[in-house]
Amino acid sequence: MGKMIYLDNAATTKTAPEVVDAMLPYFTELYGNPSSVYDFAGKTKEAVTASRQQIADAIGAKKEEIYFTAGGSESDNWALKAAFEAYKTKGNHIITTKIEHHAILHTCQYLEKERGAKITYLDVDENGRIRMEDLEKAITPETILISVMFANNEIGTVEPVKEIGMFAKEHGILFHTDAVQAFCQMPIDVEELGIDMLSSSAHKINGPKGIGFLYIRKGVKIRSFVHGGAQERKRRAGTENVPGIVGYGKAVERALSTMKERTEKETELRDYMISRIEKEIPYVRVNGHREMRLPNNVNVSFQFIEGESLLLMLDNYGICASSGSACTSGSLDPSHVLLAIGLPHEIAHGSLRMTLSEETTKEDIDFTVDHLKEIVQNLRNMSPLYEDFIKKQK
Amino acid sequence: MYSEKVMDHFQNPRNVGEIENASGVGTVGNAKCGDIMRIFLDIDDETKVIKDCKFKTFGCGAAVATSSMATELVKGKTIEEALKVTNKAVMEALDGLPPVKVHCSLLAEEAIHAALWDYAEKHDMKIEGLSKPKSDIHEDEEDEEEY
Repeated sequence: MGKMIYLDNAATTKTAPEVVDAMLPYFTELYGNPSSVYDFAGKTKEAVTASRQQIADAIGAKKEEIYFTAGGSESDNWALKAAFEAYKTKGNHIITTKIEHHAILHTCQYLEKERGAKITYLDVDENGRIRMEDLEKAITPETILISVMFANNEIGTVEPVKEIGMFAKEHGILFHTDAVQAFCQMPIDVEELGIDMLSSSAHKINGPKGIGFLYIRKGVKIRSFVHGGAQERKRRAGTENVPGIVGYGKAVERALSTMKERTEKETELRDYMISRIEKEIPYVRVNGHREMRLPNNVNVSFQFIEGESLLLMLDNYGICASSGSACTSGSLDPSHVLLAIGLPHEIAHGSLRMTLSEETTKEDIDFTVDHLKEIVQNLRNMSPLYEDFIKKQK
Repeated sequence: MYSEKVMDHFQNPRNVGEIENASGVGTVGNAKCGDIMRIFLDIDDETKVIKDCKFKTFGCGAAVATSSMATELVKGKTIEEALKVTNKAVMEALDGLPPVKVHCSLLAEEAIHAALWDYAEKHDMKIEGLSKPKSDIHEDEEDEEEY
């Protein structure tokens, strides 16, 4: 195989070499446990504190409000389960959306089934945005938490976070946002946006896998998630993942310093790719909001073909992408996000997500679209749905 | 995730296309689940030998590969012999399928049976051991809850 074109950066990203360099000393040299008293361990403690400060600065928080976790899914689980536990005497109602990541949806289902929570799953419009009036209608005196993702991982749509934050504040309801895709892709200030809790993950921003954080605003009564030690202000026990934390800090520093330039470039390439696909391939639909969209996300559905075949064919050319088709999820249903924006099943099955990185070039995009055209046509020629469609046209 | 044989039959599918005025055509599966197979048969009325077999498939890699292999397996066989081409035979010929893809091989078997059923109906004959195909493109299948 020749060159690889990696267009699956919403799944994970390459760990940046300077991030790895920053981490390496914390494996073999500065391996002390940050909780130990001797001077040698003090260095690792300092590194953890410095990284916590860097991350806090990145979202306008205090460093005491940043709690390291093993990643986005843990942060989501913690935020929901612990907020429910802590506030259940006040009420048992949580509002979320139909397009959340499964780390939110499955946690909500667990709370519903096992803990007596009532959950409202808000619909979204055809672009994947919630309607504020639906949120207004959904609140009850029992509502304790609103959890709406910052930006969707599949279709890239950015939610009206500030409006939600203001609304939650007005009504004295906690607001959690899953910012795994949005963090470092756009400026986030928890004060300005009224965010009480925020989940994030390092490996989406060229950091290492297995490290994330949950921001918890000071004053939010969230309990310990992992019991057993004094780490993370007694709220999440376990010896700190020091190399991961250091790498996360470095990744944030790096991503913030390149954010403007990087996202401008990605947005331009994203729109170029979308416009080429729309112009050159018939029977295609762009999924997600056109403007309120992650700078690196392209999501399209090709009628009459199925996503997994498309991915396998692209893989032949070294192009890595993903799909919301059922076959790639291991279930019979296609992506819940694509169904929530109103796509019929057969069109959802033919979806393709391509997520760019700072390394993606115009040549990569052209190469991909050129092959995509040919692959889509070949698969359509093999498709009984296309055959029926063409016959009906005649 | 797929065997080399599956990838070969996916990337170079045998017998893709249509047969004009086919002796029998069968379409199974539904778009909702993401798999539709259509099989065309050209059967010699005298000898009952399947002279040609073509397919069109909407579906994943396994769906395309099982269609391709199934057409290869029934070509040149009599109707009676073709009925013995089970989903197991198709899977074995492909060196196996991942567990979540086994239903694709069932679809291939059903598509062949549906095409043979169509042939039998057109010729007002009964094929021993063949029953009316279960799944059909127009039937809605029950939704299966994941949770």
